[in-house]
Amino acid sequence: MNQAAESIPPVPGRSAGSRATPVGDTFFHGLTAVAAVLVLAIIAGIAVSLILGSAPALAEFGPGFLVSDVWNPVTNNFGAYVAIFGTLVTSAIAMVIAVPVSFGVALFISELAPAWLKRPISVAIELLAAVPSIIYGMWGLFVLAPVMADTIQPWLKTIFGDIPLLGVLVQGPPIGIGVFTAGVILAIMVIPFIASVMRDTFEVVPKVLKESAYATGATTWEVVRHIVLPYTRTGVVGGIMLGLGRALGETMAVTFVIGNSHNIHAGLFHPGNSIAATLANEFTEATGEIYTSALLALGLILFGITLIVLIAARLLLMRLQAGEGR
Amino acid sequence: MIDLYTRRRWTNRLTMGAAALATLFGLFWLAWLLFTLCVNGIGHLSWSVFSQPTPSPKGEGGLYNAIIGSLIVTGLGTAIGAPIGILAGTYLAEYGRDSRLAAVVRFFNDVLLAAPSIVLGLFIYQLVVVQIGHFAAFAGGVALALIVIPVTLRLTENMMRLVPDRMREAAAALGVPRWKVITHIVYRAAKAGIATGVLLGVARIAGETAPLLFTALNNRFTSYDLWSPIANLPIMIFRFALSPYEGWNQLAWVGAFLITFAILGLNIFTRVVLRHSASE
Repeated sequence: MNQAAESIPPVPGRSAGSRATPVGDTFFHGLTAVAAVLVLAIIAGIAVSLILGSAPALAEFGPGFLVSDVWNPVTNNFGAYVAIFGTLVTSAIAMVIAVPVSFGVALFISELAPAWLKRPISVAIELLAAVPSIIYGMWGLFVLAPVMADTIQPWLKTIFGDIPLLGVLVQGPPIGIGVFTAGVILAIMVIPFIASVMRDTFEVVPKVLKESAYATGATTWEVVRHIVLPYTRTGVVGGIMLGLGRALGETMAVTFVIGNSHNIHAGLFHPGNSIAATLANEFTEATGEIYTSALLALGLILFGITLIVLIAARLLLMRLQAGEGR
Repeated sequence: MIDLYTRRRWTNRLTMGAAALATLFGLFWLAWLLFTLCVNGIGHLSWSVFSQPTPSPKGEGGLYNAIIGSLIVTGLGTAIGAPIGILAGTYLAEYGRDSRLAAVVRFFNDVLLAAPSIVLGLFIYQLVVVQIGHFAAFAGGVALALIVIPVTLRLTENMMRLVPDRMREAAAALGVPRWKVITHIVYRAAKAGIATGVLLGVARIAGETAPLLFTALNNRFTSYDLWSPIANLPIMIFRFALSPYEGWNQLAWVGAFLITFAILGLNIFTRVVLRHSASE
């Protein structure tokens, strides 16, 4: 990580022949170690509690739980497919919008903006990430949804409505709330995460490399395309995965605008549901062991999906960091 | 046929223009959001917002109980989470360093940092709410602490690592035990950075809603009891915004205005502090 780490003397008391470690040292070392291990215990606790909690539902429905699109609290028949589908589709929409925009933002901040503008713009973009999810939800429902319904969705329908394949996507009532609007809000929410990781990774590129490319007469875009991007590829993908992890687990914003309907439609303007929104809406109202357990199973699936995405993102970012400064 | 030079120049202009547009696109949402909050929030700000509890659907009232509850739950989350995060960060920076355990903890801390907050809520529901039999402010605080821990851990470790080893060696050379070196020398040097970590943790949890849905829940009345459900701004916003009553909707906007600007203010403040301490 840094040179300091290599030059640190060994822990006093560990080296052979030194006098016994003071009691205070043993205690403080132990205390900090317990706190550190607690982080691992929390992750393990989350996994165990979700597995135990969802066991009754998983025993009842078996692997079919994943692919069943029934969600009926009255008959106690549950399937996760609709919620998983909604989670993946809203996140996919978010990525389609957020990735190019974040790339542009990172590019602008790292390569284009004059020095005095860099900091204010990165702070402003990062503030976008600090706004609580519930505020996005409320704003999405009361401000964005009407604009979607009156302007953007009818407009998209007239443009793409007659084109095969794309036409299917813009089907559904233009009411402003639904899978599409949820995806748009998620995009706004994850842009700052992806952009800030991309900006950080762009700054890892050695100045000499860029300078030599400029010296041969390359334009800014050519430097980005042929020097910066190849050098930072793993970091960029890691940043995108990190944003995807955020989008998958986002709860309140989606809950407000997705429409909470346990149905599946090809058209993106239809209301739908996501795992997190289903939990937010139904968990406190769930009666009976199977209902609660089915919801916990949804939580387990969400945790599993985000865990896989996060681990992939971390591994990629770590690989980039390993090459840093060499 | 355009010559190569012109084409390259135009490609460059086009892509760079697109990058600038993307930045404007990002900033546009922030501006729109803040504008909406100001328009809908400021007009209804009055003293009664801070002095009266939440009203019945048709009645008059304010946000007193929700503000108090938010302060309690956020304070509890910070009081539980920050010490754990700081101690764990201390381990990584001072004792663990390059050990296998430290690497594993760092990795799973990042997982915890990005885990969906609603999943943390489910965990604490199972761990605390089910055990004590009802929703409670305490459970909400524990759930929020799980968000504070990874934030403070990360910043504490980074900030303590910035403290030069020469300072540790100088103190150790005087015969000071290692734990005193850490608490008296390293903590003092990294003070501003650690405080920033804690404040960023506070900013993260102040508006968190999802984990409170299953833990602290809500209370129509003013409560200071840690073992019963408690009102808080995010849940109040959730309930009131989706209600059909206009008065409730307005209070939701006022709450949204208060909480967003408090969080943005806290963020900007910590950035100023961090920048100041880093330049020292």
